[in-house]
Amino acid sequence: MTFFFEVLIAGLLSGMLYALVALGFVLIFKASGVFNFAQGAMVYFAALTFVGVGEKLLLWFGWAPGSFASFLGSLLVTLAAMVVLAILIERFMLRGLVNQPLITLFMATIGLTFFIDGLAQLIWGSNVRGLDIGIADEPVMWLLDSANMLVSKFDLTAAAIAAILVAVLTVFFQYTKTGRALRAVADDHQAALSIGVPLERIWVIVWVAAGVVALVAGLIWGARNGVQYALSFTALKALPVLILGGFTSIPGAIVGGLIIGASEKLAEVYLGPYVGGGIDSWFPYIMALAFLLIRPEGLFGEKHIDRV
Amino acid sequence: MIYREAGQFKASYEADMQIFPIRQDRIAIAAIVLFAFVGVPLLASEYWFQAIITPALIFSLAALGLNILTGYAGQLSLGAAGFMAVGAFATYNFMLRIDGMPFLVAMILGGVCAALVGIVFGLPSLRIKGFYLAVATLAAQFFILWVLVKFPWFSNYSASGVITAQEIAILGWTVDEPVEKYLLTLAVVTVLALAAKNMARTHTGRAWMAVRDMDVAAEVIGIPLMKTKLQAFAISSFYCGVAGALYAYTYLGTVEPEAFNLDLSFKILFMIIIGGVGTVLGSFLGAAFITLLPIFLNQLFHALFGDSLPPAFASNVELMIFGGLIIFFLIVEPHGLARLWQIGKEKLRIWPFPH
Repeated sequence: MTFFFEVLIAGLLSGMLYALVALGFVLIFKASGVFNFAQGAMVYFAALTFVGVGEKLLLWFGWAPGSFASFLGSLLVTLAAMVVLAILIERFMLRGLVNQPLITLFMATIGLTFFIDGLAQLIWGSNVRGLDIGIADEPVMWLLDSANMLVSKFDLTAAAIAAILVAVLTVFFQYTKTGRALRAVADDHQAALSIGVPLERIWVIVWVAAGVVALVAGLIWGARNGVQYALSFTALKALPVLILGGFTSIPGAIVGGLIIGASEKLAEVYLGPYVGGGIDSWFPYIMALAFLLIRPEGLFGEKHIDRV
Repeated sequence: MIYREAGQFKASYEADMQIFPIRQDRIAIAAIVLFAFVGVPLLASEYWFQAIITPALIFSLAALGLNILTGYAGQLSLGAAGFMAVGAFATYNFMLRIDGMPFLVAMILGGVCAALVGIVFGLPSLRIKGFYLAVATLAAQFFILWVLVKFPWFSNYSASGVITAQEIAILGWTVDEPVEKYLLTLAVVTVLALAAKNMARTHTGRAWMAVRDMDVAAEVIGIPLMKTKLQAFAISSFYCGVAGALYAYTYLGTVEPEAFNLDLSFKILFMIIIGGVGTVLGSFLGAAFITLLPIFLNQLFHALFGDSLPPAFASNVELMIFGGLIIFFLIVEPHGLARLWQIGKEKLRIWPFPH
């Protein structure tokens, strides 16, 4: 039973990471109806920029990676990079695609994925790097002693960071003026425009927010598994999360992430041996598909009504 | 002056509804096909056959398959490469396990297997659409590759799932030279492309387009949604499956499941976006463009910078150019290269007196 809980907790924690990526998708989808396939690439870009800047800081100022100065410096530079990226995306991509069918926008973000992947590797190189954010990856002692369970301190910190992020985003969406404008745009572009919500600025803000979420996800994920190209594709796992949780729901992204993470790990451990293992590459997708057949709008999504 | 239909009178419905209603089109198509069968083998070198023309034709076929599903029937798919893998491995197994199996029959059976798998993964399309369906086809992509890697039976227990294509023999004609492989590929592609052009014109194709434009409305006017969507999945997967078989047999020779990864799916999707969504011509233009672009860029970098560049530079810039081009095309010409050709045709009709 202890083993079951260990697997479950490991799954929940990795699900937290999926949830973080899914959160970026949801933010953009809510505010502009764009299904941003490039979220994974943004995670990779953010993580790679963070590491790259850290290396430069070490070279120029002698700040060791993992130290506070280096962390802060890299964080600020990467944040600035994400803001610039968001502005460029709005200026050169979204503005040209206003009023196009959503599926066109979706395909444009696939193009964006390739562009960002290429850009990130062009600037920083494609070597696999470690990312040190100064949190040790060791089991929590009292859990090991009292219940004989292996739960990493790092994973718990990551989960806490994710929880804080979600709380901040919720507050931002519900209680600030910009948040209200964002929700207005999400409800109806034209109505929002007609009462004077600046659509273009709102889009930049949303993409910046998605960039920040990507940065957090990139830091945690990069610190766990190293910063590598695979990051860009592992983030595809956020798609079944979205289907499960609904495309427009922030809590849905979190719950969906946890469910996918946990079920994926449990399936790998308990079902995997019967079919030769490695089923976590497709299990989340099939599960999301099965779920779709029952409830097409996801757990928390808005019900979709077709009108002719 | 040259390209116009003035004076070509249609005296029957059959004449009015033929695949190429304008005489100049018929002549041009016949000339192109004739040139491809006779002229190209005389002119092109072995390198061109192996590295450029044959793969471009195979990708055209795969793009055509995806175009049927995404362009005509409006069901976005990210799993084209998965269905190609089914076609390739099914053909391999038919050739391997049945004595004296002719290649063409095996290839068609491979395509049929892909079609069956396509129907299974098309089932969710009855309930969901758009992005949701894209995720469903992603499931197909990952699941198919996993099955091919995990169950060594499919690759006849070879190491890491690699299959080596058997020799192709058609009625005593052994296809082993690059030119012969090219001709075989060309013949298959020509037949299937004509079939697709014909399908797009008939009841089947019109039903697909109605579903694409608005499925609820299509259902209201009496188009059976389930049949139409699954038909699109089946035929699209058949095309992809045959393309996969050709990919293994006339292009690569040895192939592993990983060759049919998500990148290939995206590549095929890019082909139809750049070439033109919902046109047969676009599939060919897009495939030619995407096949030639890396070669062209490679030459360009070589000419500009010599050998001083790190190899990663070129591949990263290539990624960026690919991505940038996709966005550029979607903004400037969402209907792709085929649309440019159409605009050219409109202009040609009134040339040289545009007023």
